[in-house]
Amino acid sequence: MITKIIVDAVGLVLIVLIAWYFWFSRKKGEAAAVSGGVQEAYIIVKGGYTPDVIIVKAGKPVRLIFERREASPCSERVVFKDFNVSRLLPEGEKVAVEITPERPGEYEFACQMGMFRGRLVAEAG
Amino acid sequence: MEYDEDDGEGILMKVRGVEPVHEMVVPGSVRLSIAGMTCWRCALRVEEALNNMDGVESAVVNLSSAEAFVTYDTRKVSVSELAGAIRKEGFDVGTSCLTMGIKGMRCASCVSKIEDALNSTPGVVDAVVNPASESARVEYLPGLVDADTVEQAVVGAGYAVGRPSAEEPEDREQAARQREHATLMKKFWLSIIIGVPVMALSYPDYIGLGELLPRGSTALRIVWGFMGLLTLPVLLWAGNQFFIGAWNAFRHRSADMHTLIAIGISSAWIYSTVAVLFPWIFPRAELADVFYDVTAIVTALVVLGMALELRARSRTNEAIKKLMSLQARTARVIRDGKEEDIPVEEVVVGDIILVRPGEKVPVDGVVTEGSSAVDESMVTGESIPVEKSTGDEVIGATINKTGSFKFRASKVGKDTMLSQIIRMVQDAQGSKAPIQRVVDRVAGYFVPTVIIIGILAFMAWFTFGPEPQLIYAVVVFVSVLIIACPCALGLATPTSLMVGVGKGAENGILIKSGDALETAHKLNAIVLDKTGTITVGRPSLTDVVVSGGVTENDLLLYAASVERGSEHPLGEAIVEGARQRGLALLKADNFKAIPGHGVEAVVAGRRLLLGNIKLMRAEGIATDGAKAGAERLADEGKTPMYVAIDGSFAGLIAVADTVKEDSASAIRALKGLGLEVVMITGDNERTAQAIAREVGIDRVMAEVVPEDKAHQVRLLQLEGKKVGMVGDGINDAPALAQADVGMAIGTGTDVAMEASDITLVKGSLSKVATAIELSRATMRNIKENLFGAFVYNGLGIPVAAGLLYPFSGMLLSPIIAGAAMAFSSVTVVTNANRLRMWKPREVRG
Repeated sequence: MITKIIVDAVGLVLIVLIAWYFWFSRKKGEAAAVSGGVQEAYIIVKGGYTPDVIIVKAGKPVRLIFERREASPCSERVVFKDFNVSRLLPEGEKVAVEITPERPGEYEFACQMGMFRGRLVAEAG
Repeated sequence: MEYDEDDGEGILMKVRGVEPVHEMVVPGSVRLSIAGMTCWRCALRVEEALNNMDGVESAVVNLSSAEAFVTYDTRKVSVSELAGAIRKEGFDVGTSCLTMGIKGMRCASCVSKIEDALNSTPGVVDAVVNPASESARVEYLPGLVDADTVEQAVVGAGYAVGRPSAEEPEDREQAARQREHATLMKKFWLSIIIGVPVMALSYPDYIGLGELLPRGSTALRIVWGFMGLLTLPVLLWAGNQFFIGAWNAFRHRSADMHTLIAIGISSAWIYSTVAVLFPWIFPRAELADVFYDVTAIVTALVVLGMALELRARSRTNEAIKKLMSLQARTARVIRDGKEEDIPVEEVVVGDIILVRPGEKVPVDGVVTEGSSAVDESMVTGESIPVEKSTGDEVIGATINKTGSFKFRASKVGKDTMLSQIIRMVQDAQGSKAPIQRVVDRVAGYFVPTVIIIGILAFMAWFTFGPEPQLIYAVVVFVSVLIIACPCALGLATPTSLMVGVGKGAENGILIKSGDALETAHKLNAIVLDKTGTITVGRPSLTDVVVSGGVTENDLLLYAASVERGSEHPLGEAIVEGARQRGLALLKADNFKAIPGHGVEAVVAGRRLLLGNIKLMRAEGIATDGAKAGAERLADEGKTPMYVAIDGSFAGLIAVADTVKEDSASAIRALKGLGLEVVMITGDNERTAQAIAREVGIDRVMAEVVPEDKAHQVRLLQLEGKKVGMVGDGINDAPALAQADVGMAIGTGTDVAMEASDITLVKGSLSKVATAIELSRATMRNIKENLFGAFVYNGLGIPVAAGLLYPFSGMLLSPIIAGAAMAFSSVTVVTNANRLRMWKPREVRG
């Protein structure tokens, strides 16, 4: 009996941990570097986007350079649906995506299946 | 021009017709080819703009060769500034483009250093260095500088030049996929070769070893240990992508298919290994059981599924590969009077290119000499070759069939129609259909939810299940994780979209985005612009009605002879009509145009009058008998013209903007799809109704000024309809944008293509119905996929959790779960591939 209670308690704790880890914890973002008037960030695509939250200033052009370091076809494209941009990411190649978030807000980017996600956070400049 | 001394420079200048320059001036001269000049006024504008520049000594623009000869002071003005001035006037300078790889870039300052070096090279118009791809894109004037010199400039700045790989990214992607496929198959064979004997040994009773290996015996424990060792490489090598993928995802606070499989197969292996190594920690002996077969067989099945899926997915994008392979590799240009085979990348705007029968047209351009039939099916989807002669446009990548011809390149490189099509298709394939938003929302929560369900199932079986509880709990936990298939959900929409958009491109239907494709299947009204869409867009001869002694052909011959030199579209229509009947035109004398009335002339000694009723009245010619005929023609939407010979009425000639051959059948097809067809036009009600009757349209919006077309579309939308708009002209652009789906027909204008969601390349109206059919077929396919994926996961997970056990005693083995999961995503991709078989229904005439 006592084993069952312990096992179930552990199960419940695990569930809470999973829900917290995947859904409720907030990720910290990485600010984009500014070079030559363009805000730049370098993103590695491997099992996800690293970094996956990019903080930029609204109204200024942003260049995101993606490098895909895996062969999994899931991540072969990156889609910015708010900007109607979608790029093929050949493995091992650097692909630049240039967009300008005109208004402050959060813009999501993802692979075409939506399994990998990242956010572009545009702050009022 | 007089010269004091005739030194070498003077002669040179004289040849070019330029004033001798001042001593201090460093003279330079350049020949720039200019694209887009269509009239002498344009040439003057360019000339003036160049001459007004500080430092330009003289500029002469030759319209027929589309070139500018500029003599200038090299210290005051650069070639790129000259090019800039020409561009500012709205024309393009014939330049070449070169992309080269650059090695050794380490800092941000390298970028400007290389760009400066390139831009200061004479003849370079523009240079942009991309640090991300470590390459430079250089636009240069081929007459002044060549690729080698451009490369030297980079080397001179201290960097090495490498060839950018000539392969298309798609090719590399393909190669990567093949490697991936080979690896997956190796992993599959290892897992299955180990997995089958391991599975057999897991049930010694079934293979007749029950007596040799009784439960609890040391012999059995040794066999188990051996199985554990055998399955270790399966877990660690064949299954490594699951662990790598799971860890990568975990670090990003997300979880995917890899997470589920990794937890599933490792749980099975670890439980088994604990049972082998420490059997005494289990309260009862029967709990110390092994699941090594689950680890090996599930890995084998899932890996096989991934390999099959990869194979199937690489087929989904055949359309774009086909398009890319169409590009010609070389072009035969005529430079300095000599034929030269050069790579297609080096062709510049303004080059004259020779194309022989059976060869590909390398770039877009306009025929200057010769004629031929050209097969344009690869771009337009029209299977009948198109006749081309001087003045006609040819499209790169099409195939010349019968004769040789020369043409002037008007678009090269990324500006060609084929490149634009490829770009558009790629963008559309990567875009999202709105239907996927639901899936996206689900996908974000899916995997963690499955893990939670797995834990809950484990707890339920462990707490309330039958004995041996722990074994059942482990089995359901592993089964739940393994049967869940987020991939089937994720693949459902994009795969079908990719096939559907590609299929469209094959048929000359360019779909801009997934959004457009999805909306097109919901349309229930379609607005057709009359001129150029339903009709040909220019008048042609329709009727010749004689009255009195002349024959039809004579009447036409006289009228056409009068109009011979006419630039009026109505006159041209008559001349063209006479030519089509094989009539040889006569000479017209004393030609006189009477504004607002018509024309008069003397042909073969007879005085001819051709014009409207006002002309007849002014000349006092009785036309009583013609009134009924003229009205009938006007009712049919035609423009009747009166002809009088030697002062008496001789007959009527009518011209009209004729309906395209297939318009009526196309409109029937649209109605057959359940759409309300509406015609919109600026023409008067009478002409509009006549055309509408002819093609079978019930609803007409006539006398709509161009600015008001968008408003009319809005009004239809307010009736609650999803409205598609088909148009071709610039003035349709606002209406195309206003419509739920805007379709630009024909090669059309760039503006119309920009504003539209679907472009029908060179399409006749019948393509509209095809586009809507395609959108419906694709959406049906997507829905089938989504339904399949939801049902599969919705049923599979509860069954794996053991929901059926209390009622039927049924419990899924993790191995069956693995098989189901592996093949569910293959099924989705295969279903999407079924769309590749889709064929447009022939419009029945």
